[in-house]
Amino acid sequence: MSETVASVSALIVKTLLANPKVPRDINGSSKIVEDLAFDSLAVMNFVMEIEDTLDVSVPLDRLADIRTIDDLAACIVSLKQAS
Amino acid sequence: MSIFSKYEGLASALSAVTAGGGRNPFNVVIEKPISSTVGLIEGRETLLFGTNNYLGLSQSPSAIEAAVEAARAYGVGTTGSRIANGTQGLHRQLEERLCAFFRRRHAMVFSTGYQANLGTISALAGKDDYLLLDADSHASIYDGSRLGHAQVIRFRHNDADDLHKRLRRLDGTPGAKLVVVEGIYSMMGDVVPMAEFAAVKRETGAWLLADEAHSVGVMGEHGRGVAEADGVEDDVDFVVGTFSKSLGTVGGYCVSNHDGLDLIRLCSRPYMFTASLPPEVIAATMAALTELENRPELRVRLMDNARRLHAGLQAAGLRTGPQASPVVSVILDDVAVAVAFWNRLLDLGVYVNLSLPPATPDQHPLLRTSVMATHTPEQIDRAVEIFAVVAGEMGINRAA
Repeated sequence: MSETVASVSALIVKTLLANPKVPRDINGSSKIVEDLAFDSLAVMNFVMEIEDTLDVSVPLDRLADIRTIDDLAACIVSLKQAS
Repeated sequence: MSIFSKYEGLASALSAVTAGGGRNPFNVVIEKPISSTVGLIEGRETLLFGTNNYLGLSQSPSAIEAAVEAARAYGVGTTGSRIANGTQGLHRQLEERLCAFFRRRHAMVFSTGYQANLGTISALAGKDDYLLLDADSHASIYDGSRLGHAQVIRFRHNDADDLHKRLRRLDGTPGAKLVVVEGIYSMMGDVVPMAEFAAVKRETGAWLLADEAHSVGVMGEHGRGVAEADGVEDDVDFVVGTFSKSLGTVGGYCVSNHDGLDLIRLCSRPYMFTASLPPEVIAATMAALTELENRPELRVRLMDNARRLHAGLQAAGLRTGPQASPVVSVILDDVAVAVAFWNRLLDLGVYVNLSLPPATPDQHPLLRTSVMATHTPEQIDRAVEIFAVVAGEMGINRAA
């Protein structure tokens, strides 16, 4: 597998759009908490879905530094590369 | 800008809860407990169905007498930490009693159950280790993970296969892997499939910590919790628990057969940097433990009562968790409805806990009840009847 930040970001957007409550105009630079109105639990549960799709675990402390969808995508790509 | 500006969202959420003259559900005052099952609230005798006092031992005459005697003999406080002047003979005696009860070689007593999780988890899982937490873990477990420096990974609630998958991803990664589960989960009352988690632990070489706060004194032939009930105590490396549920007092503990536990006394900040439990609490806890050991009929009555309440609420057309356990939660869809329901229950003489998202699983508000061995069948039937009346008033009873 050779995921890129762009491909993972696109996958995250697609997964998010499956939720009807998520605004339709999101993109890679959308802020997860501010633009999506997710609380901390919603963020953790959403990340769990992405983890399953990409077969990767994102440690909770890494989430603290993530603001945008692209940040999450970059984090996942770096974790995949490290493993 | 006020230092409290960041809490404006919280302030408006609280205003919404109390709009229309409703009570603040997080500020209920029990003016006086009349018995383990009845308290005086707003000047009225109210049935208590939300106290976690599973065996009713907060009002145990033998525990009360032990507390009085200890206060007379030793005073009312230790004024010090366990590692300084705060370890008295009674603290050691209680740790020995816990070792005997759990059949483990080592026990540490903390000042609260919250601190027991905080102090054990933060000290056991170090910088180069991994903590694997159930997604529905109690706040004390999450907070313990933040106080330590391990990498934290969540697995799906009560899903041992999901844990296995996440441990497999860590194959070959250096560092210990500590898995944390709870015996009974405090919001929905669902029980961990401990044998399944024990099997994953054996296969992967992970360490297993079980928080049996809500299950000790409740499950297992001798009341040692879900690990005992499932016959997998040898696979559980660390049991953490509290005195403030089935034992009716306050405090927490960790028991283990690992000799290293004693070293934790010197590196667990929530153990080291707080005053130890006062003598009267230690003495009352030991008396309550004796009662828990000598009166197994309390556990039988508790589970009978749990089944009666669970079945009654379901028959009243309310949606509950799947299992009858001493925590029975009614699941609602809407926060405003849950708040109104909770207020009306209290008007009619039943106190339960109102639990709101995000502290609940799946974003549902809950009317969380806890059952006691000391509830009479009539008290349970009366509570169910009041639930049914309010559900009818609000038009939310599905089957009735």
